[in-house]
Amino acid sequence: MTSEQVLSIRNLSVNFGGLKALSNVDINLHKGEVLGLIGPNGAGKTTVFNALSGLVTPASGSLELYGRNVKWPKPYQLVDRGISRTLQGVGLFPDLTVSENVMLGASKFAKTGFIQSALGFSGKDEEALKSRSQSTLERLYVGGVAERKAETLSYPDTKRVSIARALVSEPQILLLDEPAGGLGAQDIEWLNGLIRHLRSSTSIIIVEHHMDVVMSVCDRIYVLNFGEIIASGDPETVKNDKNVIEAYLGTHSKARK
Amino acid sequence: MQKALETLLIGLSTGSIYALMSLALVLVWRSTRVVNFAQAGQAMFSTYIGFEIASRSQIFWLGLIFAIVAGAVLGAGVDYFFMRVLFKHANSGPAAVVAPVIATLGLLGLIRSIVGLTWGGEFRAIEAPASKDGYTFGEITIPFSPLNTLIIVTVAIILIILAILFQRTNLGLALRASAYAPEIAQLAGIRTARTRTIGWAIAGGVGGVAGMLVTSYNFLTPYSLDLLLVFGFIAAVIGGLESMAGAVVGALVLGVGLTIILNYVGTSLVFIGGFAVLLLVLLIKPDGIMARGKVRRG
Repeated sequence: MTSEQVLSIRNLSVNFGGLKALSNVDINLHKGEVLGLIGPNGAGKTTVFNALSGLVTPASGSLELYGRNVKWPKPYQLVDRGISRTLQGVGLFPDLTVSENVMLGASKFAKTGFIQSALGFSGKDEEALKSRSQSTLERLYVGGVAERKAETLSYPDTKRVSIARALVSEPQILLLDEPAGGLGAQDIEWLNGLIRHLRSSTSIIIVEHHMDVVMSVCDRIYVLNFGEIIASGDPETVKNDKNVIEAYLGTHSKARK
Repeated sequence: MQKALETLLIGLSTGSIYALMSLALVLVWRSTRVVNFAQAGQAMFSTYIGFEIASRSQIFWLGLIFAIVAGAVLGAGVDYFFMRVLFKHANSGPAAVVAPVIATLGLLGLIRSIVGLTWGGEFRAIEAPASKDGYTFGEITIPFSPLNTLIIVTVAIILIILAILFQRTNLGLALRASAYAPEIAQLAGIRTARTRTIGWAIAGGVGGVAGMLVTSYNFLTPYSLDLLLVFGFIAAVIGGLESMAGAVVGALVLGVGLTIILNYVGTSLVFIGGFAVLLLVLLIKPDGIMARGKVRRG
């Protein structure tokens, strides 16, 4: 594996009122790496994603992307910076078609401005975005449902479509928020294969409860508990870490939502 | 039979203008969650601009184009310089819900005063682009006129353009997505603040057309579009406030309904009829007649 860092979070702290959601979290992601972010409920995993995608404002901390110090991005800047994120609970637009849902993620490839688009000069753009979406959908084996409304899909298919929307912008960094949640064994197997395949083109951070998925696809794992990183390393190291075992098995009474 | 047909045609002509105002309100509601009372003022200001151009050039359609542009610029300006700042300062608690609506009322008063100071309060008339005299078939003259036809055709063209814009373009897709769930749209890379301003601009332009069309068979004063706002709002509520198709259907239903009351019951009951419909819809089907019984974002 190359050691080129694509993303580096330093000393990230996030407060919700008086509650410390994250304190001094450091995370490094290397090119082509698949990183797992695990921890009990309320440990702050999704908050890391939210800080990275501008949905919460960090109290402190710095961010380096592709070797350069940058400000924490605003949500709409994420895609332009080469980062895509899926949401827990899918986050598709139920009223839009599958194709439209995915096209939204591809809008950074649109060449015409708003005014030209309003005047109807963006026909080529729409065709290009549509074919881009279609090929991404086909990569994820949901090309056949492109013209259906998102609300009519089965749950596993909505998961595939939401990953398609994240992938269509050709991200260098992919943030997957509980991609295996609610999926059956067969779909999880497919997901594992997909993640392994994607690493050739993108670096990935996964927040996931399914330990099978995390252990089988991740190169390294960070374990969060009460907003702090309590362990990190390869799956084997983390699995046998005393703090981790304690956090998962011994602190049910302390665990917070 | 003839009277019924006349009633239907006049109702459609009236309703089609309500449809534009209703659409303008729905566009702003969808993107901003604000009932924009200033829409009457924005449309009125745009119509005065259109009136100036139309009366100087003697070309109604040139006036209409200027009214659209003025409405769009004003709409975008209201969102960019006014709503954006307001949302920054009043972004939580009861203030966030009430302040924008009250602010649009304030804005209505402000625009009205500015228009009053600039153009005065007297009645202005724009020369209609077509005859207001009803069509004559042999001995019979019906109240439905070439102007009514032109109004329906103009509105139909505007609706087709909007339908293409929203359903077939990238911008339309971004507008629909931002209206439904701005946060998710942002994560997909859409600048929702910008699409919102564009939504206000489109609403403003559409309101300008409504103002010009009403004025073409009526007159223009700083107050003359208030009733249009009320009926546009009722139509929007009938359609469920969320749906653009609902806004149009609601407006046509309202237009025909009020014309039936006018022709068969009596002039004095038109207003009562309008408000009765509003209350009935709110009481029986508050999500509007087009609602499919599912809840969109809160």
